[in-house]
Amino acid sequence: MNNVIANRLTKSFNNVKVVDDLSFSVDEGEIYGIIGPDGSGKTTLFRILTTLISPDSGSCKVCGFDVTKDYKAIRNVVGYMPGRFSLYQDLTVQENLDFFATVFNTTLGENYSLIRDIYVQIEPFKDRPAGKLSGGMKQKLALCCALVHRPQILFLDEPTTGVDPVSRKEFWEMLKNLKKIGITIIVSTPYMDEASQCDKIALMQNGKFLRVDTPQNFINNYSGKILSVKSDNIYNLLEDLRTYKSLITAFSFGECCHLSSMYNEIDIDNLIDYLIKRKHKNIVISEIIPSIEDCFLSYLNR
Amino acid sequence: MKIFISFVRKEFHHIIRDKRTMLILLGMPIVQILLFGFAITTEVNNVNVVVLDHSKDDITRKIKERIAASDYFNIIGEVDNQENINSVLLKGDANLVIAFSNDFASNLKKGGDASIQLIADGTEPNQASMEVNYISGILNSVVSEGSNNIDKITIIPQVKMLYNPQLKSAYNFVPGVMGMILMLICAMMTSIAIVREREIGTMEILLVSPLKPIIIIISKMIPYCVLSILNLISILLLSVYVLDVPIAGNIFLLFSVSLIFIILALSLGLLISTLVDTQMAAMLASGMGLMMPVIILSGLMFPIESMPKILQYISAIIPARWYIEAIKKIMIQGVEFQYVIKEIFILSIMTISLILVSLKKFKTKLN
Repeated sequence: MNNVIANRLTKSFNNVKVVDDLSFSVDEGEIYGIIGPDGSGKTTLFRILTTLISPDSGSCKVCGFDVTKDYKAIRNVVGYMPGRFSLYQDLTVQENLDFFATVFNTTLGENYSLIRDIYVQIEPFKDRPAGKLSGGMKQKLALCCALVHRPQILFLDEPTTGVDPVSRKEFWEMLKNLKKIGITIIVSTPYMDEASQCDKIALMQNGKFLRVDTPQNFINNYSGKILSVKSDNIYNLLEDLRTYKSLITAFSFGECCHLSSMYNEIDIDNLIDYLIKRKHKNIVISEIIPSIEDCFLSYLNR
Repeated sequence: MKIFISFVRKEFHHIIRDKRTMLILLGMPIVQILLFGFAITTEVNNVNVVVLDHSKDDITRKIKERIAASDYFNIIGEVDNQENINSVLLKGDANLVIAFSNDFASNLKKGGDASIQLIADGTEPNQASMEVNYISGILNSVVSEGSNNIDKITIIPQVKMLYNPQLKSAYNFVPGVMGMILMLICAMMTSIAIVREREIGTMEILLVSPLKPIIIIISKMIPYCVLSILNLISILLLSVYVLDVPIAGNIFLLFSVSLIFIILALSLGLLISTLVDTQMAAMLASGMGLMMPVIILSGLMFPIESMPKILQYISAIIPARWYIEAIKKIMIQGVEFQYVIKEIFILSIMTISLILVSLKKFKTKLN
C-alpha cells in the first residue's frame, strides 16, 4: 500500500520553480531518502507533504488524505521534525515532551514503548532546558517529540545536519528500529553516505527528482569505471586531474581523488605520464567499485 | 481543555523564565507612574524670581514677602536697573522678573498709574503663562487687601476647579499612563510571542498538529491578560497611595472597562503578528505604530479639543483615546455607568472587529 502518492506537484516562489512537476510514491513501512544539495527544494517538498504550504498545482495524498482538502486529517497522523531545532529552548526536556504529548492528545506513558530506546538516552538530562543540550541530544529529543503520538508517517527534514558522526550513526539505528514497527519514514539529508541506509532514494536537484531507485540499483546501474588516484601533492592533484581531459569528473575523497568518465575509458599509462609531467610523485592508481557517493556525484554533474 | 491548560502553562513558563523581560513588564508601569508623578509635571514649582524694585515701599515689600512665602516661587535676588533683566533671564538664573515702577505705593493710593511689569521667559510658553497667572493672583490679593477705597472694589472671580481642586497633573496622566501601558504590554508582547514561535520554527510543529488555531491564540493571550491586570492593580495602588489620586468612581466599572481595553489591545497584537514576520518587526510595529499615536493623539499629552480638525478625526480611531476618556470620567469624576456608555460601546465595537479581522488573517499554513 502506498502511504504517499504525489502527482505532478509544482510550487514556485517568485517565478522560480522550487518543486517542479514531481510525481512519486512512497510505500508503507519504508525509509524513503531524499538526497540533494542545499537549495534543491527538499524543505519545500516536506512542507507541502506536511500541509504547511499548498502546492501551486498537482495533487498529493498522504495516508489517503488530500494535502489541500483534508489537511486537518493529515495533521493528526503525521509526525514532523523540521530542519532546524524547533522545540522550546527555555523549557526542560521533560516539559517539551509533556507539552507535545498533550498537544497531540496523548501522554508520554501511552506511547512510551515507541520512544523508550531514544528516551533513555536523554532521560539523564530531563530537567535541563532544551536549549542547553548538545546537538545530538537535541535531535533525539526532537525525534521523541515527533514520535510521541505514534504517527503513521514520520517526516524528517535534514535530521542529522550539524550532528557528530557517532550521533548520526545512532540516529539512523533508531530510524531502522522505527521502520520495524511499521512507521513510514521520509527523510532528507545532504549527506550522501547516509543514503545507503534508505530503502529507496530520490536524488533531488533544482526541484526535480533526477532518479529514484534502491541504493543497490544505483550502484549496479552505474556505467563506467572509477579510478582512485593518490599522489604526494594532494593539493594540486585535484586541479590537475580536472584539467586532464574534458568530460572527466574528479572529486576529492579523503586522501585520494576519484576520477570517472561516463563516456570513454581512461588510459591509465597516459594519465601517469601526464601527472609525472605535472611533477607528482608516488602516484598510485587503482580501479575501485563505485560507492553510492560516486554515483550521485556523477548524476548531479551531468 | 487539558491541551489548553498545558498550553497556557507553557506560556507562563516562557514569561517567568525570561527574567529580564518580566522585570521590564512589571517594573515599567511603576517607573512610568513615578516618573510622570514627580519628574514630568506641568505644575509650576520652584520658579526663580528676580525683583527690580524702583519704589522700595511698604506695598512692594509686602508683595515680595507674599511671593517668597508661596510654595511656587523663590526670590533669588534683586537687580537695580532695566539692563540687567535680560542678562539674568539669559543666564537662566531666573524664570521670571517682577519690576515695580517708581513710587508704587503712593501712586496706588492716589489711584494713579502704579504699574508692575512681569517679564517671563517665553521659551516655555505653558510654564510662563502659568507663572504669570500665579503671580497675578498674589498681586491682586495684596492690592485688594491694601486698598481701603470702597469705590475701587474690583471683582475678583472665585474660581473653583471641579474634580481636581489642586489642579494636579496626576489626575490627567494616571488614566493616560494606564492606557499607554496596557496597550503596550498587551499588543507588543502578544505580537512578539506569536511571531517568536514562527521565528524559532515551533509554529511549524504546532500547525502540523491537531491543535486548533483558536486555542493557540487564546492561550497566548491569557498570560499577558493576567500580567496586564497585575499592572493595572499596581498602577492604581501607586496612584492612590503615592500620588494621592483617589478613585472616585466604581472600581468594578473601572476594571470592566479596562478588561475590554485589554482584550482590544491583545487582539491588536494578534493582528500585528499576522502582518509581520520577525520579532524585530513586531516590536517596531507595535512600539512605534502604537506608542506614538497613543502618546500624541489620545489626549494624554495634548488636549484633543485644541487639535486641528483632521487630527481630531484621526484620534477618534485610536482606541486608547476612548479608554483614557472613560477612565478619566470613572476615576476622577466618579460617574456612573450611563455616562461612559458611548466609550464602552466604541471600545466594544473596535474589539469585536479586531478579533474578527485577526482571526480571519491568522494563517493555518506557512505562506
